[in-house]
Amino acid sequence: MSLPAIRIVSATKRYGSVQALAGVDLEVDRGEFFGLLGPNGAGKTTLISALSGLVRADSGTLEVMGHDVVSDYRNARRKLGVVPQELVFDPFFTVRELLRIQSGYFGIRHNDDWIDEILASLDLTAKAGANMRMLSGGMKRRVLVAQALVHRPPVIVLDEPTAGVDVELRQGLWQFIRKLNRDGHTIVLTTHYLEEAEALCGRIAMLKAGRVVALDTTANLLRRFAAHSLRVRLERPEIAGRLGATLAEGGWAEFALDTYDEVEPTLARLREAGGRIVEMQLGEADLERVFVEVMHDA
Amino acid sequence: MRESRLAGFRTLLYKEVLRFWKVAFQTVLAPVINAMLFLLIFSHVLDRHVTVYGDIAYTAFLVPGLVMMSLLQNAFANSSSSLIQSKITGNIIFVLLPPLSYREFYAAYVIASMLRGLFVGAGVLLVSIPFVDLSIAAPGWALAFALMGSAILASLGVIAGIWADKFDQLAGFQNFLIMPLTMLSGVFYSLHSLPQLWQDVSHANPFFFMIDGFRYGFFGQSDVSPWLSLGVVSVCLMLLAALTLAMLARGYKLRA
Repeated sequence: MSLPAIRIVSATKRYGSVQALAGVDLEVDRGEFFGLLGPNGAGKTTLISALSGLVRADSGTLEVMGHDVVSDYRNARRKLGVVPQELVFDPFFTVRELLRIQSGYFGIRHNDDWIDEILASLDLTAKAGANMRMLSGGMKRRVLVAQALVHRPPVIVLDEPTAGVDVELRQGLWQFIRKLNRDGHTIVLTTHYLEEAEALCGRIAMLKAGRVVALDTTANLLRRFAAHSLRVRLERPEIAGRLGATLAEGGWAEFALDTYDEVEPTLARLREAGGRIVEMQLGEADLERVFVEVMHDA
Repeated sequence: MRESRLAGFRTLLYKEVLRFWKVAFQTVLAPVINAMLFLLIFSHVLDRHVTVYGDIAYTAFLVPGLVMMSLLQNAFANSSSSLIQSKITGNIIFVLLPPLSYREFYAAYVIASMLRGLFVGAGVLLVSIPFVDLSIAAPGWALAFALMGSAILASLGVIAGIWADKFDQLAGFQNFLIMPLTMLSGVFYSLHSLPQLWQDVSHANPFFFMIDGFRYGFFGQSDVSPWLSLGVVSVCLMLLAALTLAMLARGYKLRA
């Protein structure tokens, strides 16, 4: 059996009084599209930084494609491409110069064929000779993706790559990342856009206060936490409350259902209790609800 | 696509050289002009009144000091400014993510800074030619002190660039440590023209030995033995290199 793309065992990291990572255990298989979710300060960026060597974990083991990120850092870093969260760039160079330099850091010379391919894929060919300062925010974001790919890493980590990016660029970017995943690259994504994670990731880990509080396939997570919902607006919402619904603003009440078969009995119970329905909606489970429930329970 | 073991180091060195070369007007030409102004003013005021080591004209005495001062200050400025800019703008991660060792990191930043220092020093020497009749008595000594002095200041620049969290702290390092130590190191005067107390104090300034040793390369004469200067400068270089490498190996402020 091949080694996982990423293996993290009991990783801890403390910054002063803040326990950023409190014993994280995680494995990401080769070829996965994996989501790493959590609220701000959950430890996502610290975990990515520890994996990429930008910070040193206080304890634990972190490996990329079987290479320890400390004792075998050269090989571990060759296997990893990181798209950072911040929109950082070197103002002295053009796009092509930066990509050549980044290739060189990884020991790769004469990489122009691949650089041209990445530039074309990210729609940056026309900007190859432009200085980084002259690019728009979206263009700079694409260059960051290109920089992470110059050494053809099998594992690519994207730390909130679509923060502040317009819809068109976001879609183009996901199309490209999906293609990379289809070509065999392992993708690890952190994002606050949960609908993106739901649509793209096969498996998801949720972090809170430096711990993994949920780890499963996206489908299982959606199934495990309230697969469907029945939302009703009643003249007297307290009746629904007595029947176990969650009350919301505006007279709305929400019943969590495992299957649609439960809709009719629920409506019958409401009728029997004297509830008069003004409006009604059926809802699919989504990752946002799962996320809220996991964070609430953890 | 071809992979090469030393390509990472070579690329970082190339990038650091390209970085200052792209703004050579500011990083090379400006300090040369500054040194030329010093030369014009001091030579005009003092040349007819002062001789050093017996019969050496003041302007001739001044030139090696100015060359070395410019060389040292620019070697420091290069590594320190490059690192703090990269840290503050965040693009330092592009150097930290690749598989570069801390030794390669150190060597690339220091050699690039030495090159800038040497470029500026050579520039100052070049523009001095019309003003002064100068010969180099012992070029090997001059070169040794130029190389070691620039390596010391480049290492100090790496330390300052890593330590400083903001430009203000770096300016403090430069204005309250580097600048006084360079200006009070015998660039503009011979140690023998000072009272005994200040001669003794000057012996605690390693910059004095760098400049005095470098000047020996030009005149075959100096305030102290070039061997003593070589010893002091070599020890300083080894200590600073060891300190810088230890900081980088620990990941101090870079890989927190």
